[in-house]
Amino acid sequence: MKDIHAFLCSPAESTHRHGPHDRIVISSRVRLARNLRGSAFPGWAKKPERVKVFETIQPAVSSLVDMKDSFFEAMDNFTALDKQILVERHLISREHAAKNVGSGLVLNRDETFCVMINEEDHLRMQALRPGLQLRQAWNAIDTFDSALEKKLDFAFDSELGYLTACPTNLGTGIRVSAMLHLPGCVLDEQINPIIQSVNKLGLAVRGLYGEGTEALGNIFQVSNQMTLGETESVIVERLEKVLAQIIEHEQNARERLLEKKPKVVFNHIGRAYGILANAHSISSKETMNLLSLLKLGVDMSLFPGADRALVDELFLTTQPAHLQKQLSDKLTAEERDLLRADMLRDRLKGVNRPVARPPGGPAN
Amino acid sequence: MQCCVCKEKPATVHLTQIVGDKMQKLDLCEECAKAKGINDPTSFAMADLMLGLGASQELDQSAAGAELKCPRCGFSQADFKKSGRLGCPDCYKTFAEGLSGLLKTMHKGTRHIGKVPEALRATRENSDRLKSLQKKLAKAIEGEDYETAAGLRDEIKSLSAATAKTR
Repeated sequence: MKDIHAFLCSPAESTHRHGPHDRIVISSRVRLARNLRGSAFPGWAKKPERVKVFETIQPAVSSLVDMKDSFFEAMDNFTALDKQILVERHLISREHAAKNVGSGLVLNRDETFCVMINEEDHLRMQALRPGLQLRQAWNAIDTFDSALEKKLDFAFDSELGYLTACPTNLGTGIRVSAMLHLPGCVLDEQINPIIQSVNKLGLAVRGLYGEGTEALGNIFQVSNQMTLGETESVIVERLEKVLAQIIEHEQNARERLLEKKPKVVFNHIGRAYGILANAHSISSKETMNLLSLLKLGVDMSLFPGADRALVDELFLTTQPAHLQKQLSDKLTAEERDLLRADMLRDRLKGVNRPVARPPGGPAN
Repeated sequence: MQCCVCKEKPATVHLTQIVGDKMQKLDLCEECAKAKGINDPTSFAMADLMLGLGASQELDQSAAGAELKCPRCGFSQADFKKSGRLGCPDCYKTFAEGLSGLLKTMHKGTRHIGKVPEALRATRENSDRLKSLQKKLAKAIEGEDYETAAGLRDEIKSLSAATAKTR
């Protein structure tokens, strides 16, 4: 069996990807939904039809220039743990992780293209980029799609556009999204009005793992909802405009907090450090929320000499599946909490406690 | 109060339905109510459809009538109601009527104006042009401008011949 872990880049490496505005925008993603003409959608197709679709799509995707040296595997060949690791890496959706026979994954060498086969649609192809790079991600997936349409017969209607299993994706089949780290807006209690106004623009705000998930670690995903009646370019542009505003809000919130309520911020960050560096048992959820504050502290220069990449790496390696993978025995949640705390204490040994105020900051 | 259908006779049948947070009221005269088949309030969903109200509920309501099934994949409206997803690409044709209202509430528009597969780009442009030519032709005929009409007719002829060839 091919080993996905040998293929995936290590958590440490993955945190050294950089892009514009990556203090606030963790990553950009554009996905397109496509289906084959004449085949039932995955949710309705019987097993043999799903397998046939997978066997048609997978070689076509793997043969693309963008997918040189890519990895592919059928979902039934992954263990539950492997699937969970892929979810924690944001390479596949939770829905896709639940799939088995007839579904699969194709991932390219540098993890910038990831194709889910037989998720909700026959094809969900995504272009991933670090930082704020929506336009680049769209151009990349547009080219990818144009190359693929020469090999596969996509279901397309001249009136309705690309036909998708769910009418909410009809037309362009596009979802443009960015993952944002917004601790400033949360601490400054601005996040709810921001979410509301973003919703009013027809965009969705979701938690860390997409639809119906909590905003763990102050991480939010912003994406378009409407896919019909507008061009892809217009959708990308709207997202770009809204994200520029959210970035500005976050920057302002951080500045305002330092100016108006420095003690509140330093207290949050200092306590987060105290717990992370000294706990003997800690849950994944608490870890994420505290690491978010630690990251804010690094961004605010409260931890001179500390590497931001370390915090990002811990954010990934302390999640349940990544933690489990580093250990040979199958652990209970309680045992994982102990080991997570051990790991955090060890890795944070080299990070000194936060300074009382940022260098060059206000003198109180 | 007047009947909201015939707008003539006084309304004697009053129906109120609350779906989600929306309230819909209908006031009908006895004859119109009968004509629409409303004898008891439970059939109101059907009435709603016939009167073209509550676009977003259209799918539900037509499901109360004859069970429509996709000839290609066997997917039914009841299945759609259950899952919110369709069975196959052809379902969009099968359930076109019920979907159109739904799409209006869901999206910015009901016509795709984004990317088109390269192989279809030419045919799509042609069919768009054909449609606009046909509109112009109808106008010309209406205005008794037969000279223009003849020119348009020839243009349509050659364009549809070209389209047929590429297919």
